[in-house]
Amino acid sequence: MTDLTKESAAPASPPPAKPEDKPSGGALAFLFSHQSGIVIAVALLVALAIGAILIRYQGVSPFYAYETLVKEALFVDGGLERTLVKTAPLILTGLAVVLPLRVGLFNIGGQGQLNLGAIAGAWLGYLFGGWGPLGAVIGMAAGIVAGAAVAAIAGALKAWRGVHEVISTIMLNSISVGITWWLVQGPLQAESAKVSHIPQTEEIPEAARVGSIVGIPVSFLIAVALAALCWWVLGRTTLGFKFDTVGKNKHAAVYAGVPLNKIIVLSMVFGGGLAGLAGALEAQGTLHRFEPAITGSLGFDGITIALLARINPVATIPAAFLVGVLRTGAGGLQFATGIAPEIVDLLLALTLLMVSIPVLGKWIFRSRADKVQASATSWGN
Amino acid sequence: MTEVTTPTYRGVPNEMLLDIQGLSKSFGKVQANRDITIQVRRGEIVALLGENGAGKSTLVNQIFGLIKPDTGTVTIKGDSTPIKDPRDAIARGIGMVHQHFQLVPVMTVAENMILGHESTRGGGILDLESARKMVRRLSEKHGLAVDPDVEIEDLPVGTQQRVEILKALSRDVDLLILDEPTAVLTPQETDELLGVMKDLANAGTSIVFITHKLREVLAVADRTYVLRHGAVVGQSDDLTNTTTTDLAEMMVGRSVELRVDKTPAQPAGVVLAVDDLHVKDDRNLMAVNGFSLTVRAGEIVGVAGVEGNGQRELVEALAGMRKVVSGSMMLEDLDLTKANPYETHHAGVGHVPEDREKHGLVGAYSIADNLVLNEFDQEPYAKNGVRQFDAVRANAEALRTEYDIRSASIAQSAGSLSGGNKQKVVVAREMSFKPKLLMAAQPTRGVDVGSIEFIHKQIVAARDGGAAVLLVSAELDEVLSLSDRLAVIHGGKIVAELDPKTADRTEIGRLMAGDH
Repeated sequence: MTDLTKESAAPASPPPAKPEDKPSGGALAFLFSHQSGIVIAVALLVALAIGAILIRYQGVSPFYAYETLVKEALFVDGGLERTLVKTAPLILTGLAVVLPLRVGLFNIGGQGQLNLGAIAGAWLGYLFGGWGPLGAVIGMAAGIVAGAAVAAIAGALKAWRGVHEVISTIMLNSISVGITWWLVQGPLQAESAKVSHIPQTEEIPEAARVGSIVGIPVSFLIAVALAALCWWVLGRTTLGFKFDTVGKNKHAAVYAGVPLNKIIVLSMVFGGGLAGLAGALEAQGTLHRFEPAITGSLGFDGITIALLARINPVATIPAAFLVGVLRTGAGGLQFATGIAPEIVDLLLALTLLMVSIPVLGKWIFRSRADKVQASATSWGN
Repeated sequence: MTEVTTPTYRGVPNEMLLDIQGLSKSFGKVQANRDITIQVRRGEIVALLGENGAGKSTLVNQIFGLIKPDTGTVTIKGDSTPIKDPRDAIARGIGMVHQHFQLVPVMTVAENMILGHESTRGGGILDLESARKMVRRLSEKHGLAVDPDVEIEDLPVGTQQRVEILKALSRDVDLLILDEPTAVLTPQETDELLGVMKDLANAGTSIVFITHKLREVLAVADRTYVLRHGAVVGQSDDLTNTTTTDLAEMMVGRSVELRVDKTPAQPAGVVLAVDDLHVKDDRNLMAVNGFSLTVRAGEIVGVAGVEGNGQRELVEALAGMRKVVSGSMMLEDLDLTKANPYETHHAGVGHVPEDREKHGLVGAYSIADNLVLNEFDQEPYAKNGVRQFDAVRANAEALRTEYDIRSASIAQSAGSLSGGNKQKVVVAREMSFKPKLLMAAQPTRGVDVGSIEFIHKQIVAARDGGAAVLLVSAELDEVLSLSDRLAVIHGGKIVAELDPKTADRTEIGRLMAGDH
């Protein structure tokens, strides 16, 4: 037995320093929160440049096309209002992704939550149509409850059964959309539409619709107020601190006495409620009834917006406005030049791709470095 | 120790496979390995023994090319060219099985075996048949039975590890590194693994394995190196004449005489009473097995023991973070057996957790937020659910001065602090709310000398302030110099209570090793 312990007062050598705090909530939260505004701006410019080439290829001047798009969205009569009407649900579906992501959960269920919210809002808005503005509020509340309820299922499955929220929310999307289709062709179908088999609900009476105040859509005002509220809750309240603590280090959250499962469910309920409200407002404010087509891709656009907003609630406003401008302008663009409105999807997709590449690279690089310390982080949560 | 398998020294005049000379590695200011010299010959089983954070993983990661040494040489079969990366290490005959398996759960054993170097038949079609044959051939050759067509996720952990070993062996391995191979295994699986290791060594494969379990070292190793604070502090080339007591003593150290100035304890009423506690570990095995202990106000009770004897599970259960199977835990008149961490904290239990990075801190948060991590929703830090940042800041400024937290400002992220200052943040938070019971698990692990002294003084100050202190540490010096009463834990229960002033180190070592 050789004892080499002859040194005196050995300086304590701690274990290898772990690399700087690891991205929490896995790849996605990292991707969504590590964006500089410059990267996003450059990505957008590059996307516009690539879009220009494609527009040119169709025989249209890109400058003219973009000019038309912006004009249509902002400067023609009623253009700005239409853009703001489009922006409102986008802010909300963006928030529907942002809130759960602060806890480390990726809510892909916006589309389903929005659909259920839309049909609930349209139906109760119609039922209580006689109550005027109060009926409109009841419709909105119904939308919130419907969206929150379906999201709560995904949250509860995650909290108590460990079901990955991406899987459950995707599946709940199909279920939710299926339910709305059944409702709109069955129990909730408008009497007038039954003969012609049109899938739509009864029309909400004039007095209970969500309109505009001095040219600013009420839905937009609500969305902006909620974005501000989310920002305040996350940054200033103990609840927001709990959200972020779970998202940044759930082990420490447990240690600190934060009820992990409750926070997981709550974040999904908040997110689902916001997406549901987006659906209700869309039904109450645009078509004044539910039709399957009105929800478009609003729920999925929320993911784009959350990424562009770097999971900052207030930043969802400009991000949603940008998407709103592109989507509104696309209609006029098609009318003026014949270019398909899908060009906007293409621009958005290119922007996202561009934004993601450097960050993904960084994340992969970091996760490699982590593996050296034998503590690889896991996908999602 | 009931049964000690006599290791057979396979003393063929064997080739030097691995020769490490003067290896040092630092991460920032922290020296993880200091001037390490280690040799492994063909057919040897060499154990690297040491507590967590002793630098064992850093050392083997350098052999496998995952980390580059700062100074020193690693010579493999006479070739001392620096190892570029794991690929290079594999090409030179090194195989490594990580503590966390690197297998794809939804793929079969055969598929996992060829992952990364798949062979194909014409047209890019996977040649799974030859993969299956390879699995069968390897498992026959090494006596490791594995069905090539079973999916990994359907296999028990022990068999998954077997697949990892086979995978490493499939690439002509001379030296197999096993990083804490038994940490995830049940006792039966452990015994099987030890058998496999012996067979491999008899067939000429050298094995380096990391562990902090003494029994395993004596059961299979030919030689052992003991690491402490990043340096080799002891080695045994003839384990037939070594006892677990010797190893335990080397692991926990005995040279450094820590001096802590303290007056005799003035114990008052019983604060913590633990009775016949049973708690399971992550593998669902009973880790705390009939633990009973009382701690009075105004005294420090130290729990000494070799790591892995239920200390972690004990502290986690007491903190409300782990379910108690049976038994009870009383804080004065309050039954905390079923309490959650929130209730435990607000009942007056301060907890300095063993793993401060994982549990004790949110690295991305500021020092100020970390200092209120479990009080953020209480007055004055919050009113009606709204956080009061002025109070949070004032608290942080006061604690930063009082606990000597060295940082640019209280807004600095906790993750960017040094180990010692991180720990001061945790200690400051857990002491400043004047707990009735302070539990400190490995409070000075990975902490610089200056901070160690400071933290020790704070623990004594908490005691003098009337708190009951439960100190759990793998550092015998720490337990001996701080404690007013010493309890030795082995196999999840207290095996002896001693007076630290008169206790004999050899006696403690014997108790810690389970000789009683």
